[in-house]
Amino acid sequence: MNEMVNFLAGMNEAATSRPLNFSRRGFLGASLGALVLGVVLPGGTARAQAAGAVKPGTRVPAFIEIRNDGTVFFRSPFIEGGQGIFTAMAQIVGEELDVDPQNFTVECAPAGPDYTIMFGGHMRITGGSFSVRSSYPIMRKLGAAARQMLLEVAAKRLDVPMSELTTEPGVVIHAASGRRLNYGDLAEEAATQPVPEDAPLKADADFRWIRKPLKRLDVRDKSTGKAMYSIDLKVDGMLLAAVQHAPRLGWESGKIFNEDQVKAMRGVHSIHTIPGAVAVVADRWWHAKRAAEALQVEWKEPAADVTYAMPADFSTEAFREKLAATRGPGVDAEKEGDVDGAFKAANKVIEAQYDAPYLAHGQLEPPSAIARWNEDGTLEIWTPNQAPEMFQGVAAKQFGLPPEKILIHSPLLGGFFGRNFTYLNGGIPFPQAALLAQKVGKPVKVIWSREDEFLRDYFRPMGLVRFRGGLDKDGMPVALTADVMGEGPTESLNGVDPNKVDPNGVEGIVEKPYAIPNRHIVQIKVPHVARVGYWRSVGHSMNDFFYETFFDEMADAGGHDPYELRHKLVAGSPRHLKLLETVAESAGGWKRGPFTAEDGSKRARGVSMASPFGSETASIAEVSIEGGQVVVHDVWVAIDPGSIVNPAIIEAQVKSATALGLSTALLEEVVYEGGKPLARNYDRYPILPLSRMARVHVSIVESGAPMGGVGEPGLPGVPPAVANAVSVLAGQRIRRLPLSRSSLGV
Amino acid sequence: MNLVINNKTYEIDSDADTPLLWVIREEVGLTGTKFGCGLAQCGACTVLVDGEPCRSCVTPVESVVGKQITTIETIEEDAVGKKVVEAWVEAQVPQCGYCQSGQVLAATALLKRNPNPSDADIADAMVNLCRCGTYNGIVDAIHAASRQA
Repeated sequence: MNEMVNFLAGMNEAATSRPLNFSRRGFLGASLGALVLGVVLPGGTARAQAAGAVKPGTRVPAFIEIRNDGTVFFRSPFIEGGQGIFTAMAQIVGEELDVDPQNFTVECAPAGPDYTIMFGGHMRITGGSFSVRSSYPIMRKLGAAARQMLLEVAAKRLDVPMSELTTEPGVVIHAASGRRLNYGDLAEEAATQPVPEDAPLKADADFRWIRKPLKRLDVRDKSTGKAMYSIDLKVDGMLLAAVQHAPRLGWESGKIFNEDQVKAMRGVHSIHTIPGAVAVVADRWWHAKRAAEALQVEWKEPAADVTYAMPADFSTEAFREKLAATRGPGVDAEKEGDVDGAFKAANKVIEAQYDAPYLAHGQLEPPSAIARWNEDGTLEIWTPNQAPEMFQGVAAKQFGLPPEKILIHSPLLGGFFGRNFTYLNGGIPFPQAALLAQKVGKPVKVIWSREDEFLRDYFRPMGLVRFRGGLDKDGMPVALTADVMGEGPTESLNGVDPNKVDPNGVEGIVEKPYAIPNRHIVQIKVPHVARVGYWRSVGHSMNDFFYETFFDEMADAGGHDPYELRHKLVAGSPRHLKLLETVAESAGGWKRGPFTAEDGSKRARGVSMASPFGSETASIAEVSIEGGQVVVHDVWVAIDPGSIVNPAIIEAQVKSATALGLSTALLEEVVYEGGKPLARNYDRYPILPLSRMARVHVSIVESGAPMGGVGEPGLPGVPPAVANAVSVLAGQRIRRLPLSRSSLGV
Repeated sequence: MNLVINNKTYEIDSDADTPLLWVIREEVGLTGTKFGCGLAQCGACTVLVDGEPCRSCVTPVESVVGKQITTIETIEEDAVGKKVVEAWVEAQVPQCGYCQSGQVLAATALLKRNPNPSDADIADAMVNLCRCGTYNGIVDAIHAASRQA
């Protein structure tokens, strides 16, 4: 829990600074009106608001509208970006409401206090693999409350006690008389009922939809081009804008040498100097883009007090060397036992240094934002975001408005992976759109090109860890130290406390399941120069690679098979033992190799374990090396999220996370030289194509532990499983990612 | 100039060198075809030109005058395209969905050319990027659509 709060600590600033009173107009204005057709259930909203501050996640009508035809319109606190959350919400709410989830239409809720349901009801984000696990009881109660409101009305109409009524999907039934009432016919009157606080929940054994592999609600629209993303939206009278960004963050435009010439280009409306960029507003984006590219701009070095500025001499390789060269003292992240004594008594000591590069998010939908200033003084924004209240807070601050004057729309995300948080130093386009809309007096949509995106993304941090392991006479690890270098994203975004560990910096190095009695793990802070942010599985995305590959080094140094050593060191934890055995069984039994596969290729396997976001995983990868290139044939992942809602979505998420893990293991690396990124598009920042995807086999274990996350946990185990397998074949340790950096003999 | 998109003729006033993608999205107003990279790297902008997959983000509009352009919006009117869409839904391929218009068109073109592709054929033909990594689903759906053909 501590970790969760820390994850969000600084990002919460905008959310908590808003007043609790939130106008009804704001609430209505921010919903996409066209869909609200039926009867609102129930109509007690105004009354509830007059009564005092809203208790998040309790007011049924803020979430659920039942229409005359019995279908449900549901406002999800969480945004859909491919992780299946809209379907999961419909599944959980529909279960208690007793409406088939397929009859739900789900949209992301606007900014407002009803939806800040996380962590005791003071904020929300879509991230940290928190959505289902943070809202499961809340959503069930909402569904159950709405069902009870329908039952109360039905009881009156049929003049029978409520206890004689039951429901089937969408229908209230009085079995004794055989009478049935459709939800759609009850909805209007149910709207007058107070929201019950004690509606009973179903027993798990009675679940009709939860724990079933239901089909997703959004798949057909996404298979036929009908799904609309921010970049696809239009508002009346809108102009389009493209930007030429300063080549380095923090630099500002000076002279524009060919302004008149560019102004005369087709479709150009106007040219504007804005912070860190020059923007062209035009009738079409292509016209704006062509003009923005044609601008000849003098770029001026930043003032000395621009702390986030990108220096002209920044190089990622030099930064890596700095991480390697910096020594402690650090801040204790984990300390157990007597490390010094254990190393003195150790039979063997090994050391190794690992590192992983900055990574780009690479979501396929380029950033965009529409801003419209309305006559009533409100500012309306449509943009990809994982945190509506935070975006609202940021916009309010930018323009000196009260937050309720900012209406945030959250369209479907064309991928996110942590990309769409409030990255305020030029990392998101809505401040540009809002400023330009103000300047031109019309709605403006800004679209960033892929090149803009690579220039202004907030990266997954580069990381470097120095390990030391001590083995006893039996080759068993008895002592471990780790210097975790750099900064985590949370402290980098929100300010570093030199005396505190950023949990997102060390996760995956600490709290490992292995019974190594003496451990000392410290974080040694080195400030990032490049902007860093959250990236799918955050610190785990590289830290489990560091730890789990060093683990194999310890196993080899001690003469143990890496699977058997893990098995021994988790023997005291039935949950981990079961997971490890499950993944091995799924893979047809553990074998490290090298061995010869049916197709004649020489293969090996690597294994890893990870404990990300409240879930547990064990992974095995099978690889060969062909022509110096790593081929990952199969990946087996066993995941234990404690308890589940939709196994099909979990499987899809684990496959997706595995793909991204493979992509980082094999290919990805952000490189800066001279303060500029070498890659500005996918040509020089390759991401995993289909031809390099492994076949992924997912096993789901439900241990009954508290519900963990699903979207991210599949990733962290993949790079180490692959690297451990490659080490066997290549006869060399893989201590640096991506693997495309290593020259591998066949 | 005139363009034939989804069997409809449109009079186009864009400059001759405007990428087909932006003509489709901004002038014709069909948004199922996506902008991803602008550099023919990702394939989100894939449309069919005379049945062949085409990266519309780097294709000057003048070069496709007189040709049949098909976008995702009418792909279900094509018998193979319809099978592909149904296979996509059945296999629950999309996640974020942003690349999937291009994937569906690329898969349709593949199956028209090669009704029974092997895994290797699929890997050769399906070069569109998917950041959600839905590749296992794509392969499964193409095989399923192939069996239906």
